[in-house]
Amino acid sequence: MTLLADTASAPIVEMRGITISFPGVLALDNVDFFLRPGEVHSIMGENGAGKSTLIKALTGVYAIDSGSIDVTGTSQVFRSTFDAEAAGISTVYQEINLCTNLSVGENVMLGHEPRKRGRIDWKAVHRLAAEHLDGLGISIDTRSLLSNHSIAVQQLVAISRAMVLDAKVLVLDEPTSSLDRGEVEQLFTVIRDLRARGAAIIFVSHFLDQVYEIADRVTVLRNGKLVGEYLAKDLPREELVTKMIGRQLDALEAISSTAARAIDRTDAPILKATGVGRRGVLEPADLDVFNGEIVGIAGLLGSGRTELVRLLYGADRADSGTIEVVGAPARMTSPRHAIDRRIAFSSEDRREEGIVADLTVAENIVLGIQARKGFRKIRREKQDSVVSEYMAALDVRPADPDMVAGNLSGGNQQKVLIARWLATAPELLILDEPTRGIDVGTKADLQRKVAELSEQGLSVIFISSELEEVLRLAQRIVVMRDRKSIGELDSRRFDLDGLIDFIANEGKGSAA
Amino acid sequence: MRSVTKHRLFWPVATLVSLILINTVARSQFASITVRDGRLYGALIDILRQSAPLMLVSLGMTIVIATRGIDLSVGAVMAVSGAVALTIIDGSTDPSDPGVVMVAVVVAILASLLLGAWNGFLVSLLGIQPIIATLVLMLAGRGVALLITEGFITTVNSTPFEFISTGYLLLPFAFFIWVAAVAVVGLTERRTALGVLTEAVGINPEASRLAGVRSRGIIWSAYAASGVLAGIAGIIYASNIKAADANAAGQFIELYAILAVVLGGTSLMGGKFSLAGTVVGVLIIQTLESTMLFLGVPSAESPVFFAIVVVVVVIIQSPRLHRLARDVTNAARSRRTAEPSDAEVAG
Amino acid sequence: MTSVDTARTTTRKPAGSYETFMSRRASLLPTLAAVAILILLFVGAEILVRGDFITPRNISSLLLDNAYLLILSVGLTFVIVTGGIDLSVGSVMAFTGIWLAKLLEAGTSLAVALPAILLAGALVGLLIGVLVQFFDVQPFIASLAGLFLARGLAFVVSLSSIKVEATEVLWLQSTRIQLGDWYITPTGILALLVVFVGAWVMQFTRFGRTTYAIGGNQQAALMGLKVARTTVAVYVISGVCGGLAGLVLTAYSGAGYPRNGVGTELDAIAAVVIGGTVLAGGRGYVLGSMVGVFVYGTIKTIISFMGAEQSWTQIIIGGLLLVFIVVQRAIVARSDRRS
Repeated sequence: MTLLADTASAPIVEMRGITISFPGVLALDNVDFFLRPGEVHSIMGENGAGKSTLIKALTGVYAIDSGSIDVTGTSQVFRSTFDAEAAGISTVYQEINLCTNLSVGENVMLGHEPRKRGRIDWKAVHRLAAEHLDGLGISIDTRSLLSNHSIAVQQLVAISRAMVLDAKVLVLDEPTSSLDRGEVEQLFTVIRDLRARGAAIIFVSHFLDQVYEIADRVTVLRNGKLVGEYLAKDLPREELVTKMIGRQLDALEAISSTAARAIDRTDAPILKATGVGRRGVLEPADLDVFNGEIVGIAGLLGSGRTELVRLLYGADRADSGTIEVVGAPARMTSPRHAIDRRIAFSSEDRREEGIVADLTVAENIVLGIQARKGFRKIRREKQDSVVSEYMAALDVRPADPDMVAGNLSGGNQQKVLIARWLATAPELLILDEPTRGIDVGTKADLQRKVAELSEQGLSVIFISSELEEVLRLAQRIVVMRDRKSIGELDSRRFDLDGLIDFIANEGKGSAA
Repeated sequence: MRSVTKHRLFWPVATLVSLILINTVARSQFASITVRDGRLYGALIDILRQSAPLMLVSLGMTIVIATRGIDLSVGAVMAVSGAVALTIIDGSTDPSDPGVVMVAVVVAILASLLLGAWNGFLVSLLGIQPIIATLVLMLAGRGVALLITEGFITTVNSTPFEFISTGYLLLPFAFFIWVAAVAVVGLTERRTALGVLTEAVGINPEASRLAGVRSRGIIWSAYAASGVLAGIAGIIYASNIKAADANAAGQFIELYAILAVVLGGTSLMGGKFSLAGTVVGVLIIQTLESTMLFLGVPSAESPVFFAIVVVVVVIIQSPRLHRLARDVTNAARSRRTAEPSDAEVAG
Repeated sequence: MTSVDTARTTTRKPAGSYETFMSRRASLLPTLAAVAILILLFVGAEILVRGDFITPRNISSLLLDNAYLLILSVGLTFVIVTGGIDLSVGSVMAFTGIWLAKLLEAGTSLAVALPAILLAGALVGLLIGVLVQFFDVQPFIASLAGLFLARGLAFVVSLSSIKVEATEVLWLQSTRIQLGDWYITPTGILALLVVFVGAWVMQFTRFGRTTYAIGGNQQAALMGLKVARTTVAVYVISGVCGGLAGLVLTAYSGAGYPRNGVGTELDAIAAVVIGGTVLAGGRGYVLGSMVGVFVYGTIKTIISFMGAEQSWTQIIIGGLLLVFIVVQRAIVARSDRRS
């Protein structure tokens, strides 16, 4: 395959010497960025590297302190997102920025509705919207409400919208973070199509596989500084990761032995779920976890993995099945039931369902034990000792218990959440995507900690979109697809390709 | 010095102190307190007495706001409570019997508790938006109060009942009521974990639920407490005018209470709350009211001034203004001192 | 959610007409329910209360008696659809009404007085809108300030009621265009005009659609929509409607009174919600609000026909509001789950 864009073609976007500072932080320090027509360009970096800041400078969300932005050769000063859109730069955000209360067609055309005699011509709105959607290979009822459609479709509607604006530059900020594989494929088809038509596309993602699949060129940032710009095909994966984190990536290899550890499965399991399900959410599934075991749940987003653990924890109510805890039947209709039986659950959505942002780190850590204890306050000395013990054990940074938890980075928030649960001395810890959106270094810390805890006898259910991670940690893997459990594997007998193949194909041939 | 101005009670207290100073300068007798018959009198004492109903309502409002809620029904609850109490006293053979008054007060408070629990039920169990849930009672509550008094303004002559608002034990009895209420609420919230759990629920309800916090119970109890406190306020109000006036009792008090809470530095977004701040906020409002009376402003016109106060306060508290101020101060020094840091601002 | 092997989404149209309706127009359901309730109220009153309830006279007076509320609820619908709320409407109506009476008493012509009071209403709305949009103040609090301000200003204008003698105002109320037993007054025409214009603007202008977008998506500005301008404008519209309602109410009662409209904001909110507008924003119809106002007015009429205490109106409206809110919640929860 020949790259449409080579270094010779003139860039459509030239950002030079971009510097942006926030109180106490230099978010971007003299960064250059060039984007050429007909290329997919990934901006890579750990959390805090300055990716989002750079994109927000380009889309007019942030004003730049110094430097210059040229689009198609014209110098631009973006004071707002309007300015950027007017210059032909359109953005599709991670949290899809559309109105679910309006129709698909209206979402595509909103703000650009064709008018006839001073009034919106609704027929033309839906006709044009359908044309734009057809152009991307999507065929849906444009008069139906957007809320009736999946996230993936909504994403494509958002891209159609960008096309209506006649964007020369399309910025996709973490577009795949909540898509399943088929949906990612559909999105990539659209991206390739747009690239072939000469659009310049910025693709930001945490998923290395996807970056290598779609990106022609990669710009790497670290700590607000430019590391370099590379052609994706010339940059081996290990080298990219090294450039992103600035150190060799051997940390992750050290824990690969965990998965091979033998588990004693003779006693009654810590948790045994039989036929647990909920209509429209999850087909009845079985799962058991033994003492000191790490059970991974693999499957794509929407496969039912989160739904399953939420039912096990009592966060949502199951309408079928039974749960036994160490051999005794247990009713799980509220998180408190689970907590009383020493089961802990850390949700995939840290910000909305985990951290209590305005409370301090210390208050967040003791929240779990305090909730168990009821209204009798934990003694100050007890609180201090618990907090310092777990902050040290998990290496929460900065090590300031009085800091407001919302100001911590994502990885450290995750550590605080795990600290909260470990402080309650659980026997089973359910971790749903604990490493999502976390930089590689912290990710390794967390994995090592999980492995260590399980060796000390803690049972863990571990969910992750990164299959390598599941394979590395779990002794047993439950695979889910389409809201049902499709099988259980011994992780020692599978490698990554085998697991992917199982997720994609198991049971397909024989069924139907 | 900087840490003093940073304290979240600094601005409320500074406002209150300067209001008192301005009043004292304008009329020297404002700050003077005289002793007659073993009782203290003076403008400041009046403020302490008159602030009782608003203080009680605002205390409840603070707790409800901390849970991310709001209670619009407090005025209606006051009306119901006053109507219940006066109807019982009026219907008894001896309105001056302390026992009758006691029964009337207890029944009125129980009725208020019921109304508060109803609000709590709508919000915590049915999951209805608090503004709307309490709007229902705000609309219907006064209708209920009117039905209880059969559409009339019930008046009574009962010395023990009047004592509640006008009685004296060196200081006005009503003052002791609100001090006791502040103490009870303050100790319950801060000496137990209820306060921090309430804040957790207010900041992030779902995270709190998953952490095992009994958020439903906490939210429910906040509305119940607000109902009880409004009920007591309604009794004090009725005792003061010796009548149950279903239309006038507690009119606009929800607005003043919200203003007091905001003046005290508690955010309407829920979460962190300050009872001390609310106390100061109520005193500011009452002092302003007294100032306007002194200036000869008809009390009906005073909302104009409170509107200005609300506007000024919300603008001062506005994050937008803070950002602006920060940008201005930073612009001066940022270029020189900014250092790369691994802290993440916008990644 | 598409499964792994379906790469293309191909559902041009949902299967049956019921599904089509649900996928396109689910937000109409509450309004249709309000219409059903209105019909039930009429039929019920006719059968159970007295036989002469459904008469042209009675229906005509429904519009006449509630014209001011109708106008207020139109302005409020704009605000609530953006996800805001305006508590100031009743007070603005009182303030503009009494000021109008005062101006006319002083001999000012209506041609000067009317623009003056509309401007006053607009300015109160502008204040609220600016606080909401540019200072991130919650609409509830900002409009509370507006409520205080307007109520106080009403008393600043006059502490007691002012009788209106000006014929050009009284004409609005006293003229009755008859058609058999049906009649309509200029105030009624004005109210219907406001409803019509409001409904048209919301359905057929970019401004109107932007109000829905803001209500459905707090980050609508990132879609390149003119959020700031629109947000401020809806409060200004609500303020102007408050001014118009002030005119209508002053004409209706023949006097300005500073205590008018205490609690009217609650009636208006109740009417809008009963008419099917969701308080969380993003869903609602001006015509629905009209139905809501008629439900409110009909309940009031029925209660006075029955000779019961008017306080029952408040209790029933409160109860009805509750029912609608619970139903709305169920609908919103349902559509959220699907997305």
